Amino acid sequence: MENTEVKQNLISKDHGLWIFRKMVQIRKFEDSVHDIFAKGKIPGFVHLYAGEEAVAVGVCAHLTKQDFITSTHRGHGHCIAKECDLKGMMAEIYGKTTGLCKGKGGSMHIADFEKGMLGANGIVGGGIPLACGSALTAKVKGTDQVTVCFFGDGGNNQGTFHEGLNLAAIWKLPVVFVAENNGYAEATPFHYASSCTNIADRAQSYNIPGVHVDGKDVVAVYQAAKEAVDRAKRGEGPTLIECKTYRNYGHFEGDAQTYKTEEETKDHLAEKDAIQSFKQYLTEEGITTKEYLEKIEQEVDQEVQEAIQFAEESPFPTEDDLLTDVYVSYPTDGGVA
Amino acid sequence: MPVMSYIDAVTQALREEMQRDEKVFVLGEDVGVRGGVFRATNGLIEEFGEQRVLDTPLTESAIAGVAVGASCYGMRPVAEIQFADFIMPAVNQIVSEAAKMRYRSNNAWHCPMVVRAPYGGGVHGALYHSQSVEAMFTCVPGLKVVTPSTPYDVKGLLKSAIRDEDPVLFFEHKRCYRLIKGEVPNEDYTVPIGKAEVKREGTDVTVISYGLTLHFALKAAEQLEKEGISVHVLDLRTLLPLDKEAILEAASKTGKVLIVHEDNLTGGVGGEVSAIIAQEAFFELDAPIRRLAGPDVPAMPYSPPLEKEFMLNPEKVANAIRELAEF
Repeated sequence: MENTEVKQNLISKDHGLWIFRKMVQIRKFEDSVHDIFAKGKIPGFVHLYAGEEAVAVGVCAHLTKQDFITSTHRGHGHCIAKECDLKGMMAEIYGKTTGLCKGKGGSMHIADFEKGMLGANGIVGGGIPLACGSALTAKVKGTDQVTVCFFGDGGNNQGTFHEGLNLAAIWKLPVVFVAENNGYAEATPFHYASSCTNIADRAQSYNIPGVHVDGKDVVAVYQAAKEAVDRAKRGEGPTLIECKTYRNYGHFEGDAQTYKTEEETKDHLAEKDAIQSFKQYLTEEGITTKEYLEKIEQEVDQEVQEAIQFAEESPFPTEDDLLTDVYVSYPTDGGVA
Repeated sequence: MPVMSYIDAVTQALREEMQRDEKVFVLGEDVGVRGGVFRATNGLIEEFGEQRVLDTPLTESAIAGVAVGASCYGMRPVAEIQFADFIMPAVNQIVSEAAKMRYRSNNAWHCPMVVRAPYGGGVHGALYHSQSVEAMFTCVPGLKVVTPSTPYDVKGLLKSAIRDEDPVLFFEHKRCYRLIKGEVPNEDYTVPIGKAEVKREGTDVTVISYGLTLHFALKAAEQLEKEGISVHVLDLRTLLPLDKEAILEAASKTGKVLIVHEDNLTGGVGGEVSAIIAQEAFFELDAPIRRLAGPDVPAMPYSPPLEKEFMLNPEKVANAIRELAEF
């Protein structure tokens, strides 16, 4: 079903400003990574979240530090929305020892357990069963922690999707499945690879609620997520939310994006920008002023610059770090017999 | 003879086999319209159409399973797993179905299928785009595991794999794709599965390797020749079944054996090779068998200094050869 309820007065001033700041952080962070990558300073693959900000932020607005999320290979936005430190993230993307995973993970594998961020994931659909595990733990322990599981339209065709959603449904796990449908699994169009019209329609077969929303409209995402998080906290089980969105950049940095049409790119980049729409919403609703939002944008510019500087000035790990953190302690000489 | 890259040899073998036998088809993620993320299937959909070049959803289990089912019914599927790291969801189909089909059906059914997958590090791919997974399959009777190192062998072995009556895992080292170039005849030829090849003759130390590290061994051998150490290099080419005869012959040639692979040390193919030598050529040896392999860590770390430390290189191989030569 389409979520069409009115949006008025849905978002408090505090929440609205937090959402705006987080969306701007993601956009500026990702645009910067794009530029830095082009200069050859990033030593590995990156998949950028720019364009999809409304999804991660609209959902995570309802979470606390105690709640969990699982993420995807396109995980920077989820990390930022879950309050991961920009400096630690940027340093990780640079492969520095001050990174959130000490440089071992990189862009595709950022995790910050203290923030309830169970990890970006280079395996498509890999996070779905993990989310069921953290949700099961909360249920067993009797806490009101919720797990949000982000995955893409590519992930929705993996076997883990079926296994995870079915399990979460029969055990009524406190998990919210958020399908980020950006129209392409790598280069393959969604409608070629998926038999359904909407990913949300698949919820029906698990007897759980399924809604699809405009993933460019943060208010719509926020509203759908609130309902799903509340339902999970009440012990009523999982919800599947599909957010229809678009990635501003390619599947990965360096992708020629020949599969995208000029028209759709223009439509999404110029006319359906989630941040601009929300800016307009905040000012038109009288929640804040344009000047205040511009001040936030300037502050974020500064934060991102500081993150870049921190990453650039941080040291690389040393070769000894290769053999650490395999087990509780590492017993062998590392490969030479 | 034309010189071509390792990856172009893959494409040429696929094209020629598809021209030769209409039962041959390819399937995988973005193999059609996009021509593969590494461009290995570039141009095939234009030539053979979407019935024979199938783009699949991101569903590795189904990709392998479809190949199993189609091959049982007489087709010759060549499934591409985009990165070898992504093969894990397909392991059930490959190990539980493909490998056992002939055995469990009393020879009534079999799976003449190929699974191609780029493996290995050195491309800044980090944890899930760099792994060597071959040893996970070399312990599975019923499968064949092929790991070519040169464009010539790529073309000849891929053709043999496609024509083979049993399931073949064909692992292509992704660092070799554009780095390694070599002569490849335009005409049709095959290289037999299960046969190793001496890539360099020598008398002091034998190096047994495959894939990218085979090239490191050849480079090291060149360098060491100037130092007066003569290195004999055997390219395994096929890891299952191993060419025992060639291994024993190469070991006996010098009496000093170094086995080199990027896959991690513990449980790697080197263990099996050294067991064969220890059991059947023990009295030919003049030194303990030595293995040089990737470190026993769960996956390739992201940071450049860590990846560099993880990866072998000609210097590391040369050092190990020198030590063995001095023994």
